[in-house]
Amino acid sequence: MAGKDWPAALFALLQAHRVRQVAVVPDAGHAALIRLVEASNEMRLVPLTTEEEGIALLGGAWLGGQRGVLLMQSSGVGNCINMLSLAASCRIPLPMLITMRGEFGEFNPWQVPMGQATPTVLEAMGCAVRRADAPEDVAPVADAMLGLAYNTFRATACLIGQRVLGAKTFGIAPQ
Amino acid sequence: MIEVSEAGLLRRRSVVPALLAERGDMLVVAGLGAPAWDVTAAGDHDLTFPLWGAMGGAAVIGLGMAIARPDRRVLVLTGDGEMLMGVGSLATIAVQAPPNLSIVVLDNERYGETGGQRTHTGMGVDLVGMAIAAGIPQTMRINLPGEVEALRQAIHTSTGPLFAVVKIDPESLPLALPPRDGAVLSARFRGALLGPAAHLE
Repeated sequence: MAGKDWPAALFALLQAHRVRQVAVVPDAGHAALIRLVEASNEMRLVPLTTEEEGIALLGGAWLGGQRGVLLMQSSGVGNCINMLSLAASCRIPLPMLITMRGEFGEFNPWQVPMGQATPTVLEAMGCAVRRADAPEDVAPVADAMLGLAYNTFRATACLIGQRVLGAKTFGIAPQ
Repeated sequence: MIEVSEAGLLRRRSVVPALLAERGDMLVVAGLGAPAWDVTAAGDHDLTFPLWGAMGGAAVIGLGMAIARPDRRVLVLTGDGEMLMGVGSLATIAVQAPPNLSIVVLDNERYGETGGQRTHTGMGVDLVGMAIAAGIPQTMRINLPGEVEALRQAIHTSTGPLFAVVKIDPESLPLALPPRDGAVLSARFRGALLGPAAHLE
């Protein structure tokens, strides 16, 4: 299942890590995984109005005895900065699967500042960050970051590179 | 005994212990600032999670808890400034609709920890109206001493989510500080709720 069907591999990982709450601000790159979670009886999909809600949600879930994961795109990382204090101060396992914008083949200039700053911002808040830039790397990196979060009680991020996802070109051929 | 100030407003340190009376095995989240001091003044508790930060997150922490533990009542006690910062979460909570979650805003229309500046609720914004518009099925407005007991009962029995605003006096009161190490707060909460297994996961 490794390689092209990495969304299915990610879903299998969420099952294996006993994830029960999946907090989401959608990204096209996460669309297939979101559909799998929606169809699942063992996971609760929680659509958010802004990404920092997901950190609070998963804090409450952990206090109540459930594991969660936060899905978002890189532009949402900026919305999370202060709320990451909750995970750091309270030792909450907070794995984040983040689809990248603003890098490989980006067309929209407004995506670039936050996309470029994403790993720096996460690391500045104490989050462990690893990247996957090829389809076959997504599942192993995600597995490692899920495990690191749950086993060592911290925020972790698996960045899924834009090279894996393909760039959105708004119908205009890249130059 | 619910106290009323000279201005005719409810006094928070009498309202909060009344709401927490006979709490049973209810889980409690307190928003940062005065609500955290109020729940501590009422008696610190292993199943109370007082926040020292994460402003705007109290209600959604309650949501995650309520989804995880449908067998328990979950009460979020927070302030108007904290609720306003995370007001979009009313939409998230309404969509999830956990029947066991109650959110009670202690509304003094002030940022009490930063000099008493007026919040939006002191300038016409109606949080209960926003909760109704979001689709929260149960809402209450509490202004009088005789209304507090009905809210306490609703927290334990209503098919929620329940959202209530209690208008309170903007008085400044002596601090009553809970433990402030988040690792201690989360470990004691999980230990009390989940038993020794909480620390062996």
